[in-house]
Order: sequence, then C-alpha cells, then structure tokens
Amino acid sequence: MTRLSPARIALYVISALVLVYLILPVLIIAPISFSSARFLTFPPPSFSLRWYQQYFSNAAWMQATRVTLTVALLTVVIATPLGVAAAYAISQSKLRIMRVIHMALLLPLVVPIIITAVGIFFVYAKVGLVATLPGLVLANVMLGLPYVIISVLAGLQSFDPAQEMVARSLGMNRLRSFFAVTLPQIKSSVVAGGIFAFISAMDETIVALFISGGQYQPLTKRMFTALRDEIDPTIAAISTLMTVASFMLVLLASARQKKSG
Amino acid sequence: MLALVSPALLVILLLIVLPVGWLAWQSIYHDGFTLENYRRVFTEDIYWRSFALTFEISLAVTLIALLLGYPVAYLANSVPKGWSILILSLVVLPFWTSVLVRAYAWLALLQRTGVINQLLRYLDVTSEPLALVHNTFGTVVATVHILLPFMVLPLYATMQKIPNDLMQAGASLGASPSLTFVRVFLPLSLPGVLAGCTMVFVLCLGFYITPELLGGGRTVMVSMLVSRNVELYNQFGAASAVAVVLLASVLLIFAVVSRFISLDRILGQK
Repeated sequence: MTRLSPARIALYVISALVLVYLILPVLIIAPISFSSARFLTFPPPSFSLRWYQQYFSNAAWMQATRVTLTVALLTVVIATPLGVAAAYAISQSKLRIMRVIHMALLLPLVVPIIITAVGIFFVYAKVGLVATLPGLVLANVMLGLPYVIISVLAGLQSFDPAQEMVARSLGMNRLRSFFAVTLPQIKSSVVAGGIFAFISAMDETIVALFISGGQYQPLTKRMFTALRDEIDPTIAAISTLMTVASFMLVLLASARQKKSG
Repeated sequence: MLALVSPALLVILLLIVLPVGWLAWQSIYHDGFTLENYRRVFTEDIYWRSFALTFEISLAVTLIALLLGYPVAYLANSVPKGWSILILSLVVLPFWTSVLVRAYAWLALLQRTGVINQLLRYLDVTSEPLALVHNTFGTVVATVHILLPFMVLPLYATMQKIPNDLMQAGASLGASPSLTFVRVFLPLSLPGVLAGCTMVFVLCLGFYITPELLGGGRTVMVSMLVSRNVELYNQFGAASAVAVVLLASVLLIFAVVSRFISLDRILGQK
C-alpha cells in the first residue's frame, strides 16, 4: 500500500460517496414499509405492520403474487432444460453455424426490452395469447434462456469432455453418460442458471405491461400501475419482501457456483 | 447436436426474431408498401426531439456513470482482496433489486415530501422543497444508479489484467504516480472504459420504467414514444418505425464497437 497522498484520500472519499449512493435506495425501503404513517415520513413515526397486513389481506395483490410465483416457477421448469441442452450442444459441437446460434440465443440481452415487448404484443394479439398464463410464461422463458445458457456454458468450460467419452467407450449411450457423468458435475451451474431465470421472471415488468391483463397480471404490473397513480406504502412492504427473496436466491446461487469452483 | 439446440432456438425465433420481424414489416407495410412512418419519425418534431433527448440523456448518464464508476473500480482493484470483494458486493447488491423497487425508492427519497427534502429543510438549507423528481434530473439520478454496475464490472475486470509491474517500472524510471497513471494505467484501462460505456449507453437508449415513473411525463424518451403510440394512440405503424430506428441504432453501436473489442467482453460481464 502506498502512503496516503491527497489523491488517495480523494479516491477514498469519492468511492465511499458512490457506494452510499448505490446502497441508500436499497436500504430506505424497509424502514418505510414498517412505518405507521400513511405518507412517507422519515424517520418513521412508529413501528407498524399495517402495510404488510394490507398486502396479505388484499385479494388483488394475492392473486398477482400467485401469478408471479406460478410464472416464475414454470419459467424455470421450462427454460432450465432447454438452456442446458442448448449450452451442451454449443460447447460440444464444432459446427460453424453453432456460433451464429449461440449469438442468436443471447439476443434477448441485446434487443431493447421495450421493442421485444411491443413485438410480442403484436404477435400475441394475432394468435390470442394476450392476457393468458401460457403467453406470459413463454415470454419469460425466452427472457430467461440467456441466463441459463451463460451459467451452464461457464460450468461446462471447467468440465473435461473426455470423461464422457470414457463413459461412452464403456458402453453407455450418449444420453445416459450425460446424466450419469456430465450433469452431476455441472449441477451447480445448472441450479444457478435456474435461479437467475427465476429472478428474471419475478422482476420482469415491461413485457408484462403489454401482454398481461385480467386475472393474469403479475405483481410487477400491479406495482407499476399503483406507482403511477399514487404512492402507497403497501408497495414498500411488497418491495421489501421481493428484495429479501431476490437476495436469498442470489446467495443460494453464488454458494452453489462457489462449490462448483 | 442441432436437435439439442433446436427447442431453445425455436423459443428465440418465435418470441423475439418473429416479433421484431413483425415490427419491421408493420413499419413499412399498411395496405401496400409505404415509407410514411419513417418520414414522420425523421421529420415530425415530437419524434426527432424525443430521439435527440434520448441520446442526450444516454450520453449524460454514460459520462456520469464513468466518472462515478472509474474511481470505485480503481479502488476495488488497488485494495487487498477482502476489501475488493466487499466493494464489489456493494456494487452488485442493488443489481439484484428489481428496477421497479428502485424506482419506488428514488420516489421516496426525492419527492417533495421525500427524505432528501425533509432533511434539507431540517438542516435549514432550503425553505421550499426542491423539485428533485418528475423531471429529467430525477430520471438521470435513478438511471445512473441502475446502470452503474454495468460500468464498474467491466472496468474492474480490465484493470485486474493490468500487470502491477508496469506501474513499478514507471515509478522506477522516475515518473510521478499521477504521470504513471495517465501514461500507463489509463490507456491500458481503455478497453474496459469502452465496454462499460457501450453497455450503459445502449441499455439507457431503451430505458422505459425509470423515465416513465420518475420523468413526470415531460421527459419523453424513445421507449415511451413506442409505448404511447401503441397504448394511447393505436399508431402501430409509427410505433414500429420508432422501434426499428431504435433497434438499428443499438445494433449499429454494437457493430462499430465490436471492431475494437469482442462482443463477449461487453455482454459477458452480466
């Protein structure tokens, strides 16, 4: 470490301020959600659970929560196997077209989400998928696929394909050797990819704004509408719960990834 | 192998390639081929003003994110491992909070009766609440907050690869620390700067939730133009043309930047 020059001190101060700027909004929500006040006052006048009560006793919020959880779970169940199969194929195949396919599968990260959302809305309007559960799940599978593929590809990179060759030379077929030899070793990155797909589906808002409706509106769409109209601390309670859920899932995913090395 | 990749590819083709293709088709075809939608986008005031505003905001957000992100990445790179893990965790932490939740938090902080204004009044700095949100200022503050991790992570990754020996070599040849920084470290960190700036700029071009909730209706970014044309005015052709021009801008930027650094480097930092 160098001695503390003025430049060094400035570096510490600026970095500290930037980190406060990054963290403050994440920390501000929980105290608001436990406040008894109708309007945002800080510090909160007294502790109260009324906004949590409001959330859990409201049929519309509960229905939206069910939709979000159903969509996120179905997204994981569908996107994970599709992503694992695709990542495996990309890593094993020497076909030149695979590079193009690989890029195509990462398109959801490149195309601005608002464009994707409007495009899907037009297509869904033609085939009658607007305001349906399958429509919502399909869109989220598409958005979640890149996370699974990136995570599993990273896992496969540290896996020696020769092991699978050995299993096959000992008489296993390709499918069995994949499940018996390869999958157990990349399990952590598969789980991590699935968790990222879950969080992506849980947080997805923009596509849902265009294609969801009626009884199949996820939590984020209702939150967005509520935020546009008036600020109600119920949203702080929901936000706190969502943030806690995300953080726990991320910790789970990173613990998994660390284990796989 | 192609059979294994085809289900995922089918999902991508049906849910992103087809919809975007549909938009492109709809922008030039309405009872016959027409360039009317594009004529409107490029000549009518509201359209090109919105594009100009979006590019200005994206540029401002990118520069601010670079100015704020560079010191943090530099610090994370120059402290012992434990500290750098702590700093990077703090950077990534907000990344895993929903954009919607953070928009709400910024509303709570910045509005007229919000935390910042109450604090300023309490400290007797201001007598009237400041207009911190429902304008371009609020949009930029919240957008920089959301995009900052996309700047810091590629910067840090690039700085990590700069060998420390080079700084020592500079010092042993008599250069001051600041000269070594400007002549050696800074140029070597430029690929990270380019990767971070590209990602932040491109993501900002398509931003929707933050300007919609924090812009107060006056900051009409291109994404809002698209959504209003669909939801309020049923102008599908115009919405499609705006979307196509936006997408073309994004792809053009990626194409230009990928001549200098690999796309994996920009996208891989997620």
